[in-house]
Amino acid sequence: MATLARLQARSTSMGQQYYYRNSVVDVFRKKENDAAVKIQSWFRGCQVRAYIRHLHTVATTIQKWWRGYLGRQRYQLIVKIQRRWRGYKIRKYCFNYYYLKEYLKAVSETNDAVRDFRIMNSCTLFRCREALEEFAEMKDREEKKADLEREEKKRDYQARKTHYLLSTKQIPGIYNSPFRKDPDPWELRLQKAKPLTHRRPKVKQTHSVSLSDWLACTSARSFPRSEILPPIDRKPCQGPFRPVAEVLEQRYRPLEPTLRVADPLDGLKEARREVQRQEWARNVNDNMFLPFSSYHKNKKYIPTLHLSSKYGSDSYGRQHFRDENPKRWICDKDFQTVLPSFDLFSKYGKLYSKAGQIV
Amino acid sequence: MSQRQVLQVFEQYQKARTQFVQTVAELATRPQNIETLQNAGVMSLLRPLLLDVVPTIQQTAVLALGRLANYNDDLAEAVVKGGILPQLVYSLVEQNRFYKKAAAFVLRAVGKHSPQLAQAIVDCGALDTLVVCLEDFDPGVREAAAWAFSYIARHNAELSQAVVDAGAVPLLVLCIQEPEIALKGIAASALSDIAKHSPELAQTVVDVGAIAHLAQMILNPDAKLKRQVLSALSQIAKHSVNMAEMVVEAEIFPVVLTCLKDKDDYVKKNASTLIREIAKHTPELSQLIVNAGGVAAVIDCIASCKGNIRLPGIMMLGYVAAHSENLAMAVIISKGVPMLSVCLSEEPEDHIKAAATWALGQIGRHTPEHARAVVVTNTLPVLLSLYMSTESSEDLQIKSKKALKNILQQCTYLPALEPLLYDAPPNILKHVVGQFSKVLPHDCKARRLFVTSGGLKKIQEIKAEPGSLLQEYINSINSCYPEEIVRYYSPGYSDTLLQRVDSYQPLTH
Repeated sequence: MATLARLQARSTSMGQQYYYRNSVVDVFRKKENDAAVKIQSWFRGCQVRAYIRHLHTVATTIQKWWRGYLGRQRYQLIVKIQRRWRGYKIRKYCFNYYYLKEYLKAVSETNDAVRDFRIMNSCTLFRCREALEEFAEMKDREEKKADLEREEKKRDYQARKTHYLLSTKQIPGIYNSPFRKDPDPWELRLQKAKPLTHRRPKVKQTHSVSLSDWLACTSARSFPRSEILPPIDRKPCQGPFRPVAEVLEQRYRPLEPTLRVADPLDGLKEARREVQRQEWARNVNDNMFLPFSSYHKNKKYIPTLHLSSKYGSDSYGRQHFRDENPKRWICDKDFQTVLPSFDLFSKYGKLYSKAGQIV
Repeated sequence: MSQRQVLQVFEQYQKARTQFVQTVAELATRPQNIETLQNAGVMSLLRPLLLDVVPTIQQTAVLALGRLANYNDDLAEAVVKGGILPQLVYSLVEQNRFYKKAAAFVLRAVGKHSPQLAQAIVDCGALDTLVVCLEDFDPGVREAAAWAFSYIARHNAELSQAVVDAGAVPLLVLCIQEPEIALKGIAASALSDIAKHSPELAQTVVDVGAIAHLAQMILNPDAKLKRQVLSALSQIAKHSVNMAEMVVEAEIFPVVLTCLKDKDDYVKKNASTLIREIAKHTPELSQLIVNAGGVAAVIDCIASCKGNIRLPGIMMLGYVAAHSENLAMAVIISKGVPMLSVCLSEEPEDHIKAAATWALGQIGRHTPEHARAVVVTNTLPVLLSLYMSTESSEDLQIKSKKALKNILQQCTYLPALEPLLYDAPPNILKHVVGQFSKVLPHDCKARRLFVTSGGLKKIQEIKAEPGSLLQEYINSINSCYPEEIVRYYSPGYSDTLLQRVDSYQPLTH
């Protein structure tokens, strides 16, 4: 009874609670239902599409076979034509057997021509044929010349070695038999040949004489003296001879160079060297001032006008220094000097004879 | 008089210096003296003489220094460390032509030994002064400067690039056009050394128009000049197809073929190198060479020389044959194969043999016709012996194996294959037997010959693993013959027959 009373008291609130809970869930119920419907519909769609795809492929295969069968039945003729055409095309254009044979024959002919290039007659080689023939001839000529020279040298050496076989006045040599009209050509060769001598040790070449050496050897101390001095009371030789001392003095007169000769050629260089010498003596720091090598790295080289011209360097100023027009010459000979040149002022007062001296 | 005495002292000193420097220069020409000179400290004595007052002493001192530096690289390093180079470079501009020649000689002698020394020369700014020397009037000075450039550029690409940046290349091309032959030759060798390192440098040389001038000089009779010119053209042509085409456009064919007949060996070698470098790029270029008759000329050239001179020619034949089967056929009809076989058997050096085997492999690998042409000259046993010999280098063994494989895969000429049945190792034997198994089913005469020559017997004696390729081939050969013959030739047949005799009971009536 008590429970019943309790339940009855709660019945209204239970009814409210029941209604309330259902209403709360109701909102979600709709959403969940929609979601489930969506998923199911999507999946069913995929299934159907797969099935339709499968049906399509099967239908395509069947149609393919059927159409191929129909084509094979109906278009035999076209295939025959295609077959013939393909064979012709390959044989004529892609791999032409006869053309290949012809080509190989042409190649072997060219090879023969190259191997013996005096009978070259292929038209592709025409352009260089003349040059090559000239070259071949030149080579032949050179070879022959070299051979001839070698033989000549050998014969000459033989003649020099056997020089003793030359005939003398008393005894005719073996090549100059008295029963012959003319002597053997070898005899003439022997006559021309110089007999061989023993090899002499090579004398070392002394350094060439320069101006200062000449000055030194003409000084009074360096007269050439013979080992035996001449006797003191020698009578002077009879005849119009000048006194010995005078002759020697004249012969070994020291060189008095003209102004032109005595002037140094390199005055500028001398001055420069003088400066260098002073710097060498004076400088504190010995290191040379190095040019910056990387300074020039990006510099573009600007060639001179002379070199950047199309035709290169002119031969005037390098190979010839005079403008000569041989076509303008009247006759073949060069100018003749009528009067010889003379040094008017350098030999002033120093001629051999006193005649003609003014003072 | 005292003035004269004083002056005499100076004259004596000058004479002594002149004599010293001339004797040292003369002694430096003999290699045996140089050690003694070096130990006596000649470098420190020559150094102050470079700044001497008298020009002849200066020039002779520079010449002596050049000869010493030329001899060995320690001395060259001493020249560099002694700070002599800046002085030389500084005076190069001002002095006369003898000094310039001698100074350029020193630079060349120092630069030739190693890249570091050449770099030292570049660092002291010598390249610009050498370029000025290249413009000089005197051809001797230009020659010395060009030689120095050539030795510096020889070492590596950076140094060549430095030479190009200094602007030397147009001047070198101008030098080539000069009438003096020595100058032409050295300028050509300088261009060759510059162009050999990389395609860009070769392009620089080509842009200046060097190819036309070089091509004109090919017909010059001087042998040394021809060597250098051909070497320069081959260094240009080797880098790419474009350059090779440009060289060919300069109309060198068929003029180059005359160089292949020259008396000088190195001219022949350089000419065949040039043709090889052109032939290796594309089939069209090889076709051009074949059409001009180049293959025959190269084969004659190979026939006329020995040793390393032959090597470029052999490689050229290989390259030409490798491009296509028509070209390989052209090589065959020019009688290239007997020549290559001769090279293979004659030459003692392994690398030349390797090149010849490679070339034979390239010729024979295209079709059975080609393989037959190669095999008819009895080359297969030679190749096999090279492969098997323990003395051959590894490279030779690999190449001969490849060549054997390539030829055997196309070979249908059975008489040549038979000797191989007896000697070959299993991996080669497989190919040989395979070829037999391809040919025998279709040719009855060959089958008969095979039996009578003992080949079938040998086949039966081969032990092969069941299921391997060799066993399959043997089976297919055996199936070409009736069973009795196969059994007759199988090993141990006589024993089985005797066993049958033993176990036979005669019919007793």
